[in-house]
Amino acid sequence: MPPLAAFLLLSGCGVETFLDPQGPVAAQQRTHFWLVTALMALVVLPVLTLTPWLIWRYRDRGGADYEPRWAFSRAWEVALWGGPALVVAVLAALLWINATRLDPYAPLVSDADPLRVQAVGYDWKWLFLYPDLGIASVDLLAFPAARPLEIELTSATVMQSFFVPALGSQIYAMGGMSTWLHLGADAPGRFGGENSQYNGKGFHMQKFEAVAMDDEAFEAWARHAATAPALDAAALEALGREGVASDLARALDRQGGEILFGGLPDDLFARVMSETAKAPMAAHDRADGQ
Amino acid sequence: MTLSGFLDAALGRLDWNALPFWEMVAHPSASSIINGLIASGAAGVMVLGALVTVWALTRYSLWGALWRDWLTSLDHKKIGIMYIALAFVMLARALAEASVMRTQQAVGLGGGFLSPEHFGQLFSTHGTIMIFFMAMPFLTGVINFVMPLQIGARDVAFPLLNSVSLALTAAGAALVMASLLLTPFSIGGWSGYPPFTETGYSPDVGPDYWIWAVTLSSLGTTLAGMNFAVTIYKKRAPGMTMFRMPLFCWTALCVSILMIFAMPPLTLATSMLALDRYLDFHFFTNTGGGDPMLYANMFWLFGHPEVYILILPAFGVYSEVISTLSGKKLYGYTSLALATICIAVLSFTVWVHHFFTMGQSASLNAVFGIATMLIGIPTGVKVYDWMLTLYRGRVRLGVPMIYAAGFLMLFVIGGATGIVLANPSLDYVTHNTLFLVAHFHNMLIPGLLFGMLAAYAFWFPKAFGFRLEEKWGRRAAVSWIAGFILAFFPLYGLGLLGMPRRTVAFFEPAYLPFTLVALAGAGLVLFAFGCLVAQLVVSIRERERRRVPAGDPWDGRSLEWSIPAPAPEWNFAVLPKVETRDPFTEAKEQGRAYRSPEDYEDIGMPRNSAVGPIVGVAGFACAFGLVWYMWWLASLGALLGLGAMLARGFVRDTVRVIPAAEVRKAHEGWLAMVHATPRIPRHEENTPANLGHAIPASQEEQ
Amino acid sequence: MNTETGRHPGLNLGSGHAEAHGEAEALVFGFWVFMMSDLVTFGLLLATYVTMLDNLAGGPGPKDLFELKPVFIETLVLLTSSLTYGMAILSLKHDPGRRVQPVLAWLGLTLVLGLAFVAMEAKDLHALLAKGGAPQRSGFLSAFWALVPLHALHVTAAALWLMAIVAQVWRFGLDTPVKTALLRLGVLWHFLDVVWIAIISVVFLGGLA
Repeated sequence: MPPLAAFLLLSGCGVETFLDPQGPVAAQQRTHFWLVTALMALVVLPVLTLTPWLIWRYRDRGGADYEPRWAFSRAWEVALWGGPALVVAVLAALLWINATRLDPYAPLVSDADPLRVQAVGYDWKWLFLYPDLGIASVDLLAFPAARPLEIELTSATVMQSFFVPALGSQIYAMGGMSTWLHLGADAPGRFGGENSQYNGKGFHMQKFEAVAMDDEAFEAWARHAATAPALDAAALEALGREGVASDLARALDRQGGEILFGGLPDDLFARVMSETAKAPMAAHDRADGQ
Repeated sequence: MTLSGFLDAALGRLDWNALPFWEMVAHPSASSIINGLIASGAAGVMVLGALVTVWALTRYSLWGALWRDWLTSLDHKKIGIMYIALAFVMLARALAEASVMRTQQAVGLGGGFLSPEHFGQLFSTHGTIMIFFMAMPFLTGVINFVMPLQIGARDVAFPLLNSVSLALTAAGAALVMASLLLTPFSIGGWSGYPPFTETGYSPDVGPDYWIWAVTLSSLGTTLAGMNFAVTIYKKRAPGMTMFRMPLFCWTALCVSILMIFAMPPLTLATSMLALDRYLDFHFFTNTGGGDPMLYANMFWLFGHPEVYILILPAFGVYSEVISTLSGKKLYGYTSLALATICIAVLSFTVWVHHFFTMGQSASLNAVFGIATMLIGIPTGVKVYDWMLTLYRGRVRLGVPMIYAAGFLMLFVIGGATGIVLANPSLDYVTHNTLFLVAHFHNMLIPGLLFGMLAAYAFWFPKAFGFRLEEKWGRRAAVSWIAGFILAFFPLYGLGLLGMPRRTVAFFEPAYLPFTLVALAGAGLVLFAFGCLVAQLVVSIRERERRRVPAGDPWDGRSLEWSIPAPAPEWNFAVLPKVETRDPFTEAKEQGRAYRSPEDYEDIGMPRNSAVGPIVGVAGFACAFGLVWYMWWLASLGALLGLGAMLARGFVRDTVRVIPAAEVRKAHEGWLAMVHATPRIPRHEENTPANLGHAIPASQEEQ
Repeated sequence: MNTETGRHPGLNLGSGHAEAHGEAEALVFGFWVFMMSDLVTFGLLLATYVTMLDNLAGGPGPKDLFELKPVFIETLVLLTSSLTYGMAILSLKHDPGRRVQPVLAWLGLTLVLGLAFVAMEAKDLHALLAKGGAPQRSGFLSAFWALVPLHALHVTAAALWLMAIVAQVWRFGLDTPVKTALLRLGVLWHFLDVVWIAIISVVFLGGLA
């Protein structure tokens, strides 16, 4: 099995994948993945082994039995339809359980309160808003490892997909709409994140870092962020321009490339959503024939 | 009017920037020069190819023959062959593009040589071509050629419509080719998701090229689907009941129905996108009450049945190939037919699995996930049916069987990864990654392409009267299989590592070994394509000693093998009366084959018509005009097409009658030749002794 | 081939027109199949319209834009044109004298009614523009303009086809290709009624309810 081979090649090297899970969502996905793979092996392995055997055993002039008119067997029919149906029934049950349990909209089971984050996709960077803390960051999703993440997403531009492979599920961010994603980390650590939905020439550069911290480190980071300049109209305008985070850092004159904002306008997320969805006036004028 | 005003009206938004080398001349830099050279090289190869073709046609005075015998012909066999020729040309381009992309990703750690825009165009044209202008023409061509022969018909139900369908598809392909010379093509991928492809984000001509190319192909395919469906319902030979049809015809029927119902959503999606782009409508825009998710629904309402449009004909081919090359009845015919119908019906119930990550409720996703898995049941049944067809057969490992064996083993792996993706919770970590790319290539290359190549090797003698060379064929088949494994299995690994699709460069060193292996695979696939070219050249050169005039080189089982090779214009001198499945095998076993009919009748065949090529040219002109805002050209094209159809209504002399005497002479002459031709056993079928007169496998002493 | 009963749905030519009746078998059936793809098209456009009902983007909605009276008259005109088309086919089938005039007269009347429908529809759409109901205004209006004018465009195309057939009658008389073309156009003509009924139910009655 190719996934198996891939996994064997991987074990040991530090690449991030849900097969080496760093959070509860990815961990369940890994278990589910191997279960599905094992079940599918029941169907696949007979084909992989029997096909070459049949072709060899019943080769022309190979002296094996020959039944040119044999074309039906009730027993085989039952097995052929019943076998796959049985496997699919088991797989379907697994599917239902996991689709419900791993619903990205469902809060994670945890004693701690989730940390509320709003993610906005721009060309080609992510803006993370912490509405409860009044801070924001670009391409850096910091959060306390002890608390689950509750992310609400939208896009200020075309469709994007928010994905941190080591933590699990991805979800689309779309203009004028919001989607939800719940993730968590087992322990402090730094995890690579990306946009996986193609959105133009800077797509391959649209990476970010999800950093799970212990509580004190997170508090320190939040305090540090609060000292950064506020997210004002000029900064919003700069965010809207095409470019990766380093272009934005240059535009905002941020040293060291770190882009944090210490103050947020009210309801910024909702505003981005409605701005993105607003029809350009010029088009209306034309339509009204004025 | 001033000169510049005239030029603006005449050329629309076409200017020097459209030329692939303009950027590197205007703004020379290392990157623009490398990308400019690659793009210009590609355009140059196309222009050179066109010039050489024109030169050769003129040099050997073949224009007349091309027009009379091919372009205006309404013969379903010739139309089928032209479809397949188109598919091979487009395959060459899309393969070259794939190789460039593989090379880029093999050196793409932190950079590479391709610009992101160039890479975007490559994956967009690659996907668009492979689906709409390689796979679709290939399978439409095979159905066109084989299906009427198998059901004992003289042509399809609507021969002129058939020619129009081909012309529309060819016009779409020509539009994609034109985008090589007058750039750019879309970078929005083969699925062209808005809002990225809306004017706000992609103001250039790229998405317009994509929209009109796909629309032309979609219209052509809808018409082809109708034509096939009506042919199967209304044109079967006497006694050819539905459950006596070869399985390939069952798959052709299901595919036609899928085409009729699944292509309109695509035509609508692209038309609405066009309305957005040309007239500022708000279907899929972020703004003004548009809804990009609507596009995703419409596109995949087409897109998922499309997957089965692509794969079912190949299932049909494998059924014919495995049964014939095992010298044995197809196991579980009824099961296979029912499974085909199940798959076709279920294919309309699963489209949401293409966007599980769009935030629907968990139960909705689960329902669509389970529906998707259900398709695994009939598909699994088919695989085991084919294996039971091998069981207690006498299996010959000819080229089509090599493809079939490769298919059986690789396809189940693709199926397994498909089941992984059908789980919403697993799709969340594999969607948009190379795991998905590996999966659908795993379905489409061993599934569709190997099937079509098997069909090419299998029915080639029926089309041209001689067998394809065997050694190059085996080399091609084995290299395709090995090349596919090397090129795509690493992509499964990369996907599980979270590498997104459509990425020009990457920054994770661990990806590199995988992309290098994949590059080697791409090289092997290119070699396989080279083998196919070599095979064709060698076969044509040695055609005299590969001829199979008696028409039955593989001990075939269905009606198409009971007629001469190449098949005569009228297919059947007298329409056959069918009493069983595998009618030709039954006839051979009972000694009823190759009998003279009691009487001959006049045969009416459709006269040539220029309407097809005219509609094709009109469609291209209209689409090209729309792309570049040359409104005069677009209107001219539309009027030309409309005029051709109206004028056709006034043509009354549409049938050419072939007198019974002529048919008798040809057929009796062939029968006499068959009776004088020695019959050969199966192990000699790949030798010059094979003149197409077979000893039925079941009567062979071993 | 069975010449007694046409195996395609709808009015057939019957045994009095053996050759055309036989030809019609595959042709009319094929046209029905073609209509299926059109049915999918209109079905999806209706579905799009329904999903876009709330996407007004601050623009006018159904109650601001639609009026029932002109729609009612248009409906009467279109349905009557189907009746006259049916009369044309009946006189083609049963006229013992095989005269061209009655068929042409009914077809002419059908054509006039069809064109009248298109003209009224065009007037309505023009009025809609004046009320700020241009397709560029909102997703809802885009959906409306894709659906209703597409139906009118179909009627226009059908009228054009009808004119082409009438021209063929002049040139060739009521020969087999003309007869089969009339049967096929009939399928389209009546189909457009069905689509219109769906449109008035969903768009106009539904929108004003």
